[in-house]
Amino acid sequence: MTGQTRGSARPNQWLRNLNAKIASIPMILTALVIFVGGTSWTVLYSFTNSKLLPRLSFVGLDQYVRLWAAPRWLISIENLAIYGFFSLIFSLVIGFVLAALMDQKIRFENTFRTIMLYPFALSFIVTGLVWQWLLNPQYGIQSIVRSLGWTNFNFDPLYNSDIVIYGILIAALWQGTGLVMCLMLAGLRGIDEDIWKAARVDGIPMWKTYVLVIIPMMRGVFITTLVIIASGIVKVYDLVVAQTSGGPGIASEVPAKYVYDYMFQAQNLGQGFAASTMMLVTVAIIIVPWAYLEFGGGRKRA
Amino acid sequence: MLKLVANNSIVSEYEAVPGRITSGPQGPKPRRILSRRNIVVYGTLIVVALYYLLPLYVMIMTSLKGMPEIRIGNIFAPPVEITFEPWVKAWAQACTGLNCDGLSRGFWNSVRITVPSVIISIAVASVNGYALANWRFKGADLFFAILIIGAFIPYQVMIYPIVIVLREMGIYGTLTGLIMVHTIFGMPILTLLFRNYFAGLPEELFKAARVDGAGFWTIYFKIMLPMSLPIFVVAMILQVTGIWNDFLFGVVFTRPEYYPMTVQLNNIVNSVQGVKEYNVNMAATLLTGLVPLTIYFISGRLFVRGIAAGAVKG
Repeated sequence: MTGQTRGSARPNQWLRNLNAKIASIPMILTALVIFVGGTSWTVLYSFTNSKLLPRLSFVGLDQYVRLWAAPRWLISIENLAIYGFFSLIFSLVIGFVLAALMDQKIRFENTFRTIMLYPFALSFIVTGLVWQWLLNPQYGIQSIVRSLGWTNFNFDPLYNSDIVIYGILIAALWQGTGLVMCLMLAGLRGIDEDIWKAARVDGIPMWKTYVLVIIPMMRGVFITTLVIIASGIVKVYDLVVAQTSGGPGIASEVPAKYVYDYMFQAQNLGQGFAASTMMLVTVAIIIVPWAYLEFGGGRKRA
Repeated sequence: MLKLVANNSIVSEYEAVPGRITSGPQGPKPRRILSRRNIVVYGTLIVVALYYLLPLYVMIMTSLKGMPEIRIGNIFAPPVEITFEPWVKAWAQACTGLNCDGLSRGFWNSVRITVPSVIISIAVASVNGYALANWRFKGADLFFAILIIGAFIPYQVMIYPIVIVLREMGIYGTLTGLIMVHTIFGMPILTLLFRNYFAGLPEELFKAARVDGAGFWTIYFKIMLPMSLPIFVVAMILQVTGIWNDFLFGVVFTRPEYYPMTVQLNNIVNSVQGVKEYNVNMAATLLTGLVPLTIYFISGRLFVRGIAAGAVKG
């Protein structure tokens, strides 16, 4: 549509579509100054020995060597991997199954949807504190089940370093699956009724229709959802701060918290920059293939 | 009702035989009420709904109890004696750091942060999305791609450079600085939403307006804006909840006297000194959640509809 909508007789390339360009200045500035500029700056300074203030005295890969020797960083990475893997799988599966259930022309659909989506409106701090309370072994779920007779029942994920990250995962899923369900439901509603009819005429079982026909048709929705979930995973910070503050010990540390603590509390900027650069690298490994497919392949878009 | 059920059971069993539907009766597929399918569907949904509701229930119950009752009872039991004292204390007396004036200060800070951030970010992003959808220029897609990829970059990578920029501008630690930060980080998702929405509007409208001689701003204000209430509502809800619920930026970019409510809440609940007052903590938690929850319950329908509009065309 670009070709026809602008006056093609204007001589100067730069003045064409001037208003659109002016309107896009905030976007261009954000993209270049903050996203590209800020990121490059941090990467550059991650090779320095900046302590309290950023200084350009390069020390090569020293910060990275120290980073990967730090037990706290290794635990953070491991936690993020576990948390990320399970929250991706669970939110997609649970979200889709719930959406499929909601799509069965059920009654009280609005009520169910409201109930499932409301946690999404709450902050991670609120979510973390509620679940900290529910998972409190002295008052919460564990004590209830024990008082019912199972006196050996143990459910104290937030106080057990081996499983603390799953305690955080429970809260995260409670907060986020509603949104995934909603997105999936919107996707399901966007699919033509005739597809279902055709599948039924051909005698294809329902689950097979979902897996072979509907899910592939919902590619766009899945991508949007993945984008939303994945970018949330890497940034996970508030939830951990509210639920465990990284404890017990350092068992529930995550990279985002490592970065914050080194930058603003331990006054060790170089370490913080190196750690955040590693987060960036992780993200890049995941999204470069996706970005290539989405933007690089010259795919025709709406 | 019963008669209907009896009649329909035959039909639905008939339909269940694959391949024979074409010769069956017309119209939507009727259903029995207590079919196995219904039990599975509603059963699952009800269990799931209970799981989602449980924390809210526990929060409310806990916040209405006195401390002695909390120590002896279980968290699911409703309060024997209802007291609103925890709420009063959370709002006006709970201590964060040096101050003991409760969450009220954080509440007003959050209001002062959220209102301008939401308005500015939506205004900027909607015009942006409109330009991207209808007035493509060379290179625009590149910037847009950078912006969207930028949404994946962990905030932590960009925080320190922003601290420096804000410090240079003399607005580090102030509300203005924080408002700017929220506007910047709202840009990717909002621009994407608006671009997708505007791209989905009928192209003929735009072309007709062009033929009539309308320009960039005229089309935006006269045609696009009036047609995009749903997406504005979505953007508003996303931003209000997102900014209200923010924690990281609040901690990094403001001084304690400007801390938003979430930061104050975390300081109250996770403070190490003194006896843990679970009832006050839960009241404080509810108070912090009240604004986004209210917005969500009021506009829930529009929210869902708008999300659908924005998300399906990825």
